[in-house]
Amino acid sequence: MRTDLSINGEHFSLEADPRTTLLDALRHHLHLTGTKKGCDHGQCGACTVLVNGRRINSCLTLACMHDGDAITTIEGLGVPGQLSPLQEAFVEFDGYQCGYCTPGQICSATAMLDEVKAGWPSHVTEDVNDMPKLTEAEIAERMSGNLCRCACYPNIVDAIMDVAEGGHK
Amino acid sequence: MKAFDYVRAPSPAEARAAARGAGAAFIAGGTNLLDLMKLEVMAPATLVDINRLDMKTIETTDEAGMAIGALVTNSDLAVDPTIREHYPVLTKAIVAGASGQLRNKATTGGNLLQRTRCPYFYDTSQPCNKREPGTGCGAIGGFTRMHAILGGSDHCIATHPSDMAVALMALGADVEIEGESGMRRVPLDEFYRLPGDTPHIETVLEPGDLITRVILPPSPGGRQTYRKVRDRASYAFALVSVAAVVVMDGDVIDEVALSFGGLAPKPWRDFAVEDVLTAKPVTPDLFDEAADVLLANAAGAGENDFKIPLVRRTLAAALADVTGGF
Repeated sequence: MRTDLSINGEHFSLEADPRTTLLDALRHHLHLTGTKKGCDHGQCGACTVLVNGRRINSCLTLACMHDGDAITTIEGLGVPGQLSPLQEAFVEFDGYQCGYCTPGQICSATAMLDEVKAGWPSHVTEDVNDMPKLTEAEIAERMSGNLCRCACYPNIVDAIMDVAEGGHK
Repeated sequence: MKAFDYVRAPSPAEARAAARGAGAAFIAGGTNLLDLMKLEVMAPATLVDINRLDMKTIETTDEAGMAIGALVTNSDLAVDPTIREHYPVLTKAIVAGASGQLRNKATTGGNLLQRTRCPYFYDTSQPCNKREPGTGCGAIGGFTRMHAILGGSDHCIATHPSDMAVALMALGADVEIEGESGMRRVPLDEFYRLPGDTPHIETVLEPGDLITRVILPPSPGGRQTYRKVRDRASYAFALVSVAAVVVMDGDVIDEVALSFGGLAPKPWRDFAVEDVLTAKPVTPDLFDEAADVLLANAAGAGENDFKIPLVRRTLAAALADVTGGF
């Protein structure tokens, strides 16, 4: 099965069994191993990537469903020497211990901040018609699809809050 | 995951034709289906990808309601300005479910059709009448914390997991289906079937039937809330949830619509509960009377007995929120 994908701005032509998840396509076929496989069932968020700007679990979608889509992985957000604001903030605030969930956390947070800018409400937003204000409770709720077994949540929240408030431009 | 043929459907007619074969399944968001396919709980022979179909819009209907395309993502539906303003219970229910990543992928039609999270359904080493008809029910006599207290049978006590569908039920939504004999509209309450002795048949859909839209009647206005109780503060299925839409006339409940999640094999709406409340002034006793009617036929299976007092309190809290009393 042939699938054409744009990954981090580069065109890839993938030839793979239709069972291949987007996650396995990235890691095993395209050797972009920044995206991590945790639970492989959409529960942990380690595999989060952006598809056409939106965050999804790459383990719960087939690569062949994404013919023509634009995918951004952690490798596309920044590279050593040219880190994205969230990547810099995670380093500064020590937003990890083992680091395994970190690519998913950063991809997720990148899209989450765009969702907040677009006015998307969350479960903890008081009035779903108001522009949400990014409190700690909002960050915790909006990032609940990304687990960190080292429990670095306080520093992850601090890193995200710092970027939301204009740090690390 | 078992091998399958993958077909990308260019039109609803071609999608339906491809899905008529034995063992064919539509795939939209895939967040539930692929999870189940990895576990081989489901093993479709053909996967019909409907993501290219033109069913991604939210429009106003001629009857001043809304028509939601079956492929509208849960995120797009929750953040739609008209939905947020006029059907806030729907937005609240959607954002109470799953995670940001899943809501970005999951679709309206797929959410309605998601399967139970009963652990015995998921575990292929266990008996399950839903997964493998006639094998028995592992949950009955097993671990039942998440299971139904209403609407179950001797063959199945699994609950429906959707939050979105609970709000749609309170809003009186219809499901639009394109099938062999053209388009038809089915009220959501009649769309789902109770398990009885055929728990593997969950809806009125026939092979090749395609959900095209969900139709909402005009906004009921009033005050709308979705109250969900779960084991974690976020990203967990409901133990009990209540969608409540109430229009008050002073201290009197003029109109009320209620539906419940976590209690039954389908989003649960009982008009007798609403009749108890309608045209009555708000009192704590009134909320209790409503709960009595709701729970008249409720039965716990042991570990889920707590849902009976829990839904009583959750209903009272939701009603207090939307009526402004007690």
